[in-house]
Formats: sequence, structure tokens, C-alpha cells
Amino acid sequence: MSDYTPTEVMTVSAARALSNDDVCFVGIGAPSAACNLARLTHAPDITLIYESGTIGTRPDVLPLSIGDGELAETSLTTVAVPEIFRYWLQGGRITVGFLGAAQMDRYGNINTTVIGPYGAPAVRLPGGGGAPEIASSCGRVFITMRHSPRALVERVDFVTSLGFGVTGTERAALGIATRGPALAITDLCVMEPDPETNELVVTSLHPGATRAGVAEATGWDVRFAAALGETAPPTEPELATLRDLHRRTNAAHAVSP
Amino acid sequence: MPDFVSLPDAVAATVRDGHTVALEGFTHLIPFAAGHEIIRQGRRDLTLIRMTPDLIYDQMIGAGCARRVVFSWGGNPGVGSLHRFRDAVENGWPHPIEIEEHSHAAMANAWAAGAAGLPFASFRGYLGTDLPSVNPRIATVTCPFTGEELAAVPAHRPDVSIIHAQRADRAGNVLIEGIVGVQKEAVLAAEVAVVTVEEIVDDLAAPSMNSTVLPGWAIDTIVAAPGGSWPSYTHGYSHRDNAYYKAWDEISRDRARFQQWLAESVMAAT
Repeated sequence: MSDYTPTEVMTVSAARALSNDDVCFVGIGAPSAACNLARLTHAPDITLIYESGTIGTRPDVLPLSIGDGELAETSLTTVAVPEIFRYWLQGGRITVGFLGAAQMDRYGNINTTVIGPYGAPAVRLPGGGGAPEIASSCGRVFITMRHSPRALVERVDFVTSLGFGVTGTERAALGIATRGPALAITDLCVMEPDPETNELVVTSLHPGATRAGVAEATGWDVRFAAALGETAPPTEPELATLRDLHRRTNAAHAVSP
Repeated sequence: MPDFVSLPDAVAATVRDGHTVALEGFTHLIPFAAGHEIIRQGRRDLTLIRMTPDLIYDQMIGAGCARRVVFSWGGNPGVGSLHRFRDAVENGWPHPIEIEEHSHAAMANAWAAGAAGLPFASFRGYLGTDLPSVNPRIATVTCPFTGEELAAVPAHRPDVSIIHAQRADRAGNVLIEGIVGVQKEAVLAAEVAVVTVEEIVDDLAAPSMNSTVLPGWAIDTIVAAPGGSWPSYTHGYSHRDNAYYKAWDEISRDRARFQQWLAESVMAAT
């Protein structure tokens, strides 16, 4: 099983960043696949929390929405939505928030609200949902998204969820105690914040990705770490587990109950 | 004790043009049957509150019921856009709508404050985001004890809240199971609360004294509406129709196709 897609490398790399000890607030889509892959491979005891109030959920198929019945049925407990945001997220009990993004800048600020001006948007995106407070209240934030110059941009059209701020300093200036974006995983590479400037720099290239390819696909003048690593390719068990998960999920979502 | 009435009678008696209305249900227990009845009765100029507008408000917006939408995440979960919502915001079809946009944390806190009879909610949120700059109903308040600056939003106090739930007994006590979302808060925050249920039973059969039960005396109207949450779902009675949520993308994308759907699936139905 040596053939794999860039999206599979992205999901596998994101899953590897999670550990058994994490309490993870899971965004829908790519984060959900990565978090459940981690649970089904190297981190069987990870605690996954969805904003619908399901704590310690262990779904057999990926949910289409954050509120599929599967999430409640397989949870340790399911609490009300005000409780999940007030006691568990705001209360500081989440170690990792896992988010997707439509746009992200070099300081990990995320836009999921609008493309173009807010009052006259070219594209009205779904909005923030849980993300604005996930970004500020979780111990660390991981971001996963496809790499393109329209997605990784010089300046986001709207700051839906704070990274380090538009100049990289605003997060600290606001007195936010949590760390912020610690890892961005795309389908080409892994990026981590520079400890001095908070700018996301490429620390690992996925198999087959090149410096030139990453630079071309990034909307800012992207920098590479001095000790640039190469992401280990997905293993056979990782790929088999991920593909099996997607197969079960697609079968479950294709038919009306 | 609440009134037990039909869905058309419940909507006719409670929802007026210009009202602030919430049809809540966090992905689960969304009261679609009630939303369709509001469309059939031609209600207009509604302020619609929901954390996730979901298909139910996409349909009501496309049908022309909404003047203003108060929300925190306006997508088709796992699928993509709400096309009728987008068409109203981007192109003003069928007419322009106002939006009041929040985060989930703000909406959840606003519901809890409404249920608690408070005028506003305070919480640690919106830090460093652009949302306060586009929503004048996001403010700050300073903690009188620590000096910490916190976000503040007005409590939700709708004229009418409508939720769906598993079942009611004959005294109107309601059992809610599974993802309970903000169902309890939406009922307790409202001037008038309507609950549609899968069935009305002699014995509520709540599994524990800690089960989520709304006493009948806190509810105004109960409606038997079996299947009334489809294509959302009612835990223990039905599963979320994820295939329909995917199909809605095609139905709602085009105005004419949506209007055909509206005529056939809502206006012609009873």
C-alpha cells in the first residue's frame, strides 16, 4: 500500500500530533477524521469532545454533523450546549482545539466568516460556530486545511478566530494565557510558529512536496525552518484504518435511514 | 398544564408577524414540522434565533418569513453552504435580511441568561476577533471583583420558542434525551413555549430522576407531531437523514428548484 493521496498524508500527520492524554475539542470535517484516526490507532484513550455536548465519544463512523446520534450514543456523557462551552471549554479543561479554516494567515488567524467585505460579501461562509472561543480557551490549537494561495493568504478578510493576531503580537497583548496555534497541517507540509515572531514556518515537508511547491501554494512569502524535516509516509495500518473509517462513513451517509 | 392542540392551531395561536421566534435543536430535535407550518401560514417579518440556522431556517428564509436572523453558524453541516441563506445575504433574495452574528459560546450563554431571567450574559469570549466590530450587540463588561474585561451579549428572550422532544405525558411534562442542546434554555427563556413531540403517553418513563424533563407547568402548548423533526432526528425514534441533508444542497442551490420544492413539499402538504 505505497500509494496515498495528499489528503491522506494530511489526515495521518494531523492524527499523529494527538496523544492519549489529550482532551480534544473536535471541529467538523478534516479535524474529525484526524481525531478519530488517532483514537483508532495510537491514542485509544484520547478524550474527544464535540460542541454538541458529547464528551468522550467513540463513533464507529464519522459524523456528518457535529450532532449526529452516533456521537451521543457512544459518549461517556452528553451535556447541554451551554455547559460544554461554559464549564468544559471556558473552564480550561481542553488541551487541544482542532480547527479547519477557509483562510489562514502567517500568524494562524482564521477566517470562516466572509470572503470580501462583511457588509457586501463575495462569499458568505458559515461563520464562527464554536471556533472563536476554541481558539482562545484551549491549551493549544491545531489547524488543518488544504494548501492553496487562496486559503493561506497574506491577510485574512475577517478574523473569525484569533491566532497570534495580525502582527503576531496581539494575542499576548490581550493577556490570553493559552498558547494559540501550535501546529498547522496541510496536504503539503507541517508548519509551526517561530518562537520569536510567532510566524508559522514550514518545519516538515510531506513526501513528494517541495520547497518550491509549498512557496507557490502559499499566499505569503513563506519561510522554512533551518532543520527542515520530512514527514514520515503513512504506514500501512494508518492508511488501512483511515480508509476503513471513510468506507464505513460513506456507506452510512449514502442512504436515508 | 399546557394546551394540547394541533400544529396548525398551535402556530396560529402563538406566532404573529414581526415576532421574535426561536425554533431550536442543536442538529438533533429540530422542529421542522413547525417551521413548515409557519411557512404555510405565511408569517412574515420574523426575527429568527437559532445557533445553527440549518435547513429549517434556510427553508423559512427562502420562503420569505424572515426579516432578521440571529445565529452563530450558518452552514449545512458536513455538506457546505445554506444556499437560501446565502442568496438572501449576498443578493437580497427573496428580500434583504438583517443578520446578527455571534459565536456558539455567545449564543449558548445568551440562552442560559434568558432562562435565568437575566438581561445579558457575560463570558470570556470574542478575544481578538472581528465579530464585535460588525455586531453592535457585542459589548464588554468589567468584573467588579477582579477587573477582568469580559464579553457581554443580550439575553435571548423570544416571543415564542418552539422545540421538538421525544414525548410528553398527559400532564404535559416533556422528556428530552440525547443531544439536549439548548432545548431547556429556549423553552425557559421564551414568553410562550411550544413543544412538538413524537408521542403523548400515559407514563413518561423517564429513565432517571436526573433525566432532562421539562415540567408541564413551564410549557404553554404541546403538539403531537410524530416525525416532526425530519430530516433532523429524534434520538430513540429516528436517525438523522444525512442523505437528505446532502440532497438539500442540490434542491436549494437554484431559486426555481427551491420554489418547486416549496410548492410540492410544504405548501401542498398538511
